[in-house]
Amino acid sequence: MPFKPRTAVLSAAVIAFAAASGSAFAQKTYDTGASDTEIKIGNIIPYSGPASAYGSIGKTEAAYFRMINDQGGINGRKVNFITYDDAYSPPKAVEQVRKLVESDEVLVVFNPLGTPSNTAIQKYLNSKKIPQLFVATGATKWNDPKNFPWTIGWQPSYQSEAQIYAKWLMKEKPDAKVAILYQNDDFGKDYLKGTKDGLGAKGASMIILEESYEISEPTIDSHIVKIKAANPDVLLIYATPKFAAQTIKKTAELGWKPLQIVTNVSISVGSVMQPAGFENAQGVFSAAYAKDGSDPQWNNDPGMKKWNEFLEKYMPGADKTESGLVYGYGAAQTLAKVLEMCGDDLTRANVMKRAASLKDFTPDTLLPGVKINTSATDFAPISQLQMMRFKGQKWELFGEIISGDVPAD
Amino acid sequence: MELFANQVLAGIATGAIYACMALAVVMIYQAIDHLNFAQGEMAMFSTFMSWQMMQWGVPYWGAFILTVILSFAGGILIERLLFKPLAKAPVLTNVAGFIALFAIVNSVAGLIWDFTIKQYPTPFGSSPFLGSQLISTHQAGMVGVTLLLLAGLYFFFQFTRIGLAMRAAASLPESARLVGINTSWMIALGWGMASAIGAIAGMLIAPVVFLEPNMMGGVLIYGFASAVLGGLSSPLGAVIGGFLVGVFENLAGTYIPGVGNELKLPIALALIITVLVVKPAGLFGRPIVKRV
Amino acid sequence: MSAAEEVVTEAPAVEAVPKRAMTLGYGTSLVVLAALILTPLFVKNFVIFQMTMLLIYALAVLALNILTGGSGQFSLGQSAFYAIGAYVTAILMEHFNVNYALTLPVAGVVCFGAGFLFGQPALRLSGIYLALATFALALAMPQLLKLGFLEHWTGGVQGLVVTKPDAPFGLPLSQDMWLYYFTLAVSIGIYVASVNLLRSRSGRALMSIRDNEIAASAMGVNVALYKTLAFGVSAGITGIAGGLGAIAVQFVAPDGYTITLAISLFVGMVVGGVGWLPGSIVGSAFIIFVPNIAEGISKGLSGAVFGVLLFLVIYLVPHGARQVALIAQQLAAKLKKN
Repeated sequence: MPFKPRTAVLSAAVIAFAAASGSAFAQKTYDTGASDTEIKIGNIIPYSGPASAYGSIGKTEAAYFRMINDQGGINGRKVNFITYDDAYSPPKAVEQVRKLVESDEVLVVFNPLGTPSNTAIQKYLNSKKIPQLFVATGATKWNDPKNFPWTIGWQPSYQSEAQIYAKWLMKEKPDAKVAILYQNDDFGKDYLKGTKDGLGAKGASMIILEESYEISEPTIDSHIVKIKAANPDVLLIYATPKFAAQTIKKTAELGWKPLQIVTNVSISVGSVMQPAGFENAQGVFSAAYAKDGSDPQWNNDPGMKKWNEFLEKYMPGADKTESGLVYGYGAAQTLAKVLEMCGDDLTRANVMKRAASLKDFTPDTLLPGVKINTSATDFAPISQLQMMRFKGQKWELFGEIISGDVPAD
Repeated sequence: MELFANQVLAGIATGAIYACMALAVVMIYQAIDHLNFAQGEMAMFSTFMSWQMMQWGVPYWGAFILTVILSFAGGILIERLLFKPLAKAPVLTNVAGFIALFAIVNSVAGLIWDFTIKQYPTPFGSSPFLGSQLISTHQAGMVGVTLLLLAGLYFFFQFTRIGLAMRAAASLPESARLVGINTSWMIALGWGMASAIGAIAGMLIAPVVFLEPNMMGGVLIYGFASAVLGGLSSPLGAVIGGFLVGVFENLAGTYIPGVGNELKLPIALALIITVLVVKPAGLFGRPIVKRV
Repeated sequence: MSAAEEVVTEAPAVEAVPKRAMTLGYGTSLVVLAALILTPLFVKNFVIFQMTMLLIYALAVLALNILTGGSGQFSLGQSAFYAIGAYVTAILMEHFNVNYALTLPVAGVVCFGAGFLFGQPALRLSGIYLALATFALALAMPQLLKLGFLEHWTGGVQGLVVTKPDAPFGLPLSQDMWLYYFTLAVSIGIYVASVNLLRSRSGRALMSIRDNEIAASAMGVNVALYKTLAFGVSAGITGIAGGLGAIAVQFVAPDGYTITLAISLFVGMVVGGVGWLPGSIVGSAFIIFVPNIAEGISKGLSGAVFGVLLFLVIYLVPHGARQVALIAQQLAAKLKKN
């Protein structure tokens, strides 16, 4: 091709010019998806199908960026938040993400939800060097900057949370007989692994029963009956909200009171503890990194006041017991912070660099003392949790804030 | 041995859920000769309506009765508006219609009431029943209501004019028309009754599984399985099928080593299929003889 | 005959489609083919990806069409065979480094076997009972894929990531473009073979079973054999579609093959027209694009919008795309006369 050399020379000249002008003027560099007036952000989340409960996260994020835009945008640029439905199906996730990247031409893909969907799009986004920013899943594999430098997590990993429980148990009840009820999917299995890793050599003797359930089961009564027959004194509940509430209720109905620890995913006062019955939930343990929108203890918290004002203005009528509203707000605020830090250098590389250099950032919705920290080797933004116990109609935090990073395998 | 007894009891308690749903499945099958995939979602929607009434201050039984009436009317309305126009369309097109209805109801309920789980009250209380902590008074009440419904249906189909006319319309529509039965309205009536029974099932199931738009997904599958196991033409078979599936499943999950727990649903289903292979019309269904 | 037995003259679940009406004319076929070959040259890569998925789902719908439209059996379990095919391809590619093209025949054969075996008990079941049995298979499949002792091969709940193949012989095609043409070639091959199958002696035997099983057996058709064969062939084609799907999506996981997929394929068949093979691609387009359209209309109510659109289609054309094609044909004939 005769044109090739000339094109090369020309582009070299452009680069040289850009470099020269960069030192002279305030630098404004853009990748696809960013301009003087707009930043395009892509997102996928299940709005339909059996996992549609998570749709509230996407709706909250969209509302959050509407608020940002009403306040003048980020460094003068409006955020164009494009969110699509992947129905929690990996093939659909791939289709929608490719649409975001190749047709809508977004700058980054932000907070895609679910381990299977994220695994399906990870290779594609990394090969195209497009940030897969703050994924909405707690698998440990997102913290792997060496192999996947374009993928970064957000929430604490399931395994690190489980390790915190394991360590706490070893300290508080070293002779406990432990039973684990877990959901038979990536989420439940990560917790199972974390618990075993945390208990270490003692695990084999402490864990007397591992019982899994399928998300398609209407009730898990039979599993509880089976677990009770093994007579453990600690029950670890690694279940999604509906099943966690069923477990707490059923154990109480059976007149059985083991020490129960429930995963952070299922700690909503309004949508787990209340349906399970407050009287049944007394003394249940868990750990948290964010405040609960339906927990009265945060009524006067400045951060949650802002959250409440945001909901009233931008999502009127939303059900505040939905944990997705807190989650989406926190994640969106983190992205807004990163974009703000990028200034006028809105390249994908810079977004990734800024996302990996957050220092003690605290979104309004995180627990006091929990901070977001990232670095070139630490792609796990939130890795702190605090233990808590359910008392009356709210959670009581206790102990120190515990850090629990688990490196990806 | 105690575990065995406990699992059987727990299985009966869960089986009551399936039995309730299976009755609704049989009801619609009697009327339209097909399984309605949207049945569970209709029941869920009815349950949400009763919940909403209770939020507005209507007492439990008031909401219960109102919901049953509204669901009956709703069922008829759905048939008249959505499925009567499809009466001449191929069967498979009708099935696609059920799928469409499923998507609509589920999505609308999610929009109105959100996807968080909600507590649903029980009129029977949830204290232990007869000293056994495995069955709560609610679950015992559920078994009771299921049996009452069953007796009612039996009486209806065996002894009332309308019941007999419905059966005639479903099994031999042309002959039924000849003897002056309005078969089209019989179908609508079947939809109404199935919808009302579904509403009762939903309101009984919700205290156990919690109220949310996807609450019936799993239940409906078990309801189908139970109804098919018992024989789709027999309400009694459906109820027995429900209890059998509940117990089967628990025992498979507890006693089959290795994969039992992970595969209790597939094992239960495989068992049902085995039964069907031996008895193609289900345990209590009447065999159908085909004419060329 | 005892009084307890019910006697019915059962209308067949699937109405008879004359075999000539099962395909497109040559002219139309060529136009469709040209469109399929030329379009990718003018569109973005992600549209090519969508078109690849369109062909893949069309294959799966076609397979269901052979089963239901051909032999009158009804399946809600196609997602299970699709999953088996996908996993066979993924495991062969990732664990044994088998060339992607060679994995497809293996996926087809494995699924043919699975379908043939499943067809044995299915023989005793009909109508609603068969629907339940296949439904059960679809429900069980994701759980089977997650089983602990298979985890070494299947990757368990985490699934397997599949490498996308490059174009061979240094052809200057992008991966997407190459995969599309590869899929197109496979699809055309299977389509032509299916049409010939249904036109053959075996095809006529199948259709006689569909139209009246008892009469068919009285005329000497080996009903059991043909019914299980239909299951096998259908499963085999579905398996190949699944294998192609795994390569295109580059990922297999139990969550990708739930009952939702089986229901989608069923909807695709109804929309395309039961028993009309070219309708498969219309049905496939419906299940890929209509959810996107629904989502564009309303996020919160995307499910409801999808349902309403589906209702509209089955009201307007209860016989699916086949009806549209028939009407078009009649119009064309009228125009010619004038």
